Amino acid sequence: MSKPFRCNNIRLFDIEPVTLDVGAGQTLCITGPSGCGKSLLLRALADLLPHQGEASFDARPADEFTPESWRKTVGFLAAESQWWFDNVADHFPRGMHQSAKEMICQLGLDSHALDWQVRRCSTGEKQRLALVRLLVREPKVLLLDEPTANVDATAMTQIEKLIKTYQLQTQCPVVWVSHDDEQVKRVADEVFHCQKQPVVTA
Amino acid sequence: MSVISLSVLDLSLVAGLVVASAGLSYWQKLAISKRYLIAATRTVVQLSLIGLVLKFLFAQQSVYWVVGWAVVILLIAGREAIARQQYKFLSGWSYSLSTLSIFVSSFSVSIFVLLAVIQQTPWYQPQYAIPILSMVIGNTMTAVALALDQLTTQTWQHQAVIENRLALGEGWQEAIGDIKRQSIRVGMIPIINAMAAAGLVNLPGMMTGQILSGTPPTEAVKYQILIMLMIASGAAIASIIAISLGARHLFDERHRLRVDRLRDSLR
Repeated sequence: MSKPFRCNNIRLFDIEPVTLDVGAGQTLCITGPSGCGKSLLLRALADLLPHQGEASFDARPADEFTPESWRKTVGFLAAESQWWFDNVADHFPRGMHQSAKEMICQLGLDSHALDWQVRRCSTGEKQRLALVRLLVREPKVLLLDEPTANVDATAMTQIEKLIKTYQLQTQCPVVWVSHDDEQVKRVADEVFHCQKQPVVTA
Repeated sequence: MSVISLSVLDLSLVAGLVVASAGLSYWQKLAISKRYLIAATRTVVQLSLIGLVLKFLFAQQSVYWVVGWAVVILLIAGREAIARQQYKFLSGWSYSLSTLSIFVSSFSVSIFVLLAVIQQTPWYQPQYAIPILSMVIGNTMTAVALALDQLTTQTWQHQAVIENRLALGEGWQEAIGDIKRQSIRVGMIPIINAMAAAGLVNLPGMMTGQILSGTPPTEAVKYQILIMLMIASGAAIASIIAISLGARHLFDERHRLRVDRLRDSLR
């Protein structure tokens, strides 16, 4: 059931071509200074930005998917979560509320968090709820842009654990942008340093 | 009842009121008297000239003159509709979009009414075709201007939200659906307000003009109703066309949000 994710010669704006391979159940961390294009790269992988080169899942290039099914396959979590309805629950498809509740509890949030109003949530709460919102849709790849950026140490541990659990269950490849060297050591199987001349190190 | 013909002296008396009130605002340092006088002068000059143009067109009774005149005001309306928008589509797309939606809506509505309701021979009789077309074009222009402005501004401001919705696997139609609905609603607000308050708050200008020039109120009312309903359907059709095509153009073939197709004209 597990399948590899590959991006081949992805090139956008002035970023050097990037080639990455992430095997099933593997985690690739992307690190590097701010502004080196890590977020742009992830958005290109989710096919949200025009780019050259090609991403593929299970040896099927993105072009062979409809745009919607590609984005459902590769779950992209933006660094800053966006909310468009008044209530948290409205952002979750019906029928997924139960599994959402279980994940919400694993993240140390109140089990009634779904009933909250978005404008009363803190940035850290929104960050965690956005991860749940993504995972309940069961993507087959995870593209995570600093999933623990705005949370305290406890929440960080819980988030890492939830992602690892999901990855163990689904054997999904994970591309994880992180600024935190300690976190990279904990979660990465492979690290990609994003620089002017990007070099892949094992 | 006959028309009381207005003389130049009559109009000069009213112009005196404008000059007096401009003096008042100058004295109050409202810094608006100059623009106010220029606008008043433009009204006098433009309407006088249009009176002469209409007199000429009515005398021709030619379909070519009517169509030529219609094309000219259509092109002007298309330009005016986008003239004061903050975010415009690149490479003339905004102009084409507004002109196309004004054209389809106002021409179809006007020609339908001329053929099915007015039923003059010839159907393009300038005395009917020209006022009807210009009323509908003028109002669809406003609807298109408001709706497109809403679409581009809201999309620009909420690009992160739209992208987040796309990232969760929503189709582009769904991701921009709220903004589309809101834009069409905004385009329709002026005519909906005008219809809801028609006759209660003030008497519509066209009807007032007809009554002053001697038409019985019941007849004037019928024409006013005709015009209001035409304007409403024209505005609805125009807003829907402009917003549907405009929203589609904000996404590319891979359904990516392409705000780079917009330009901020204030920067």
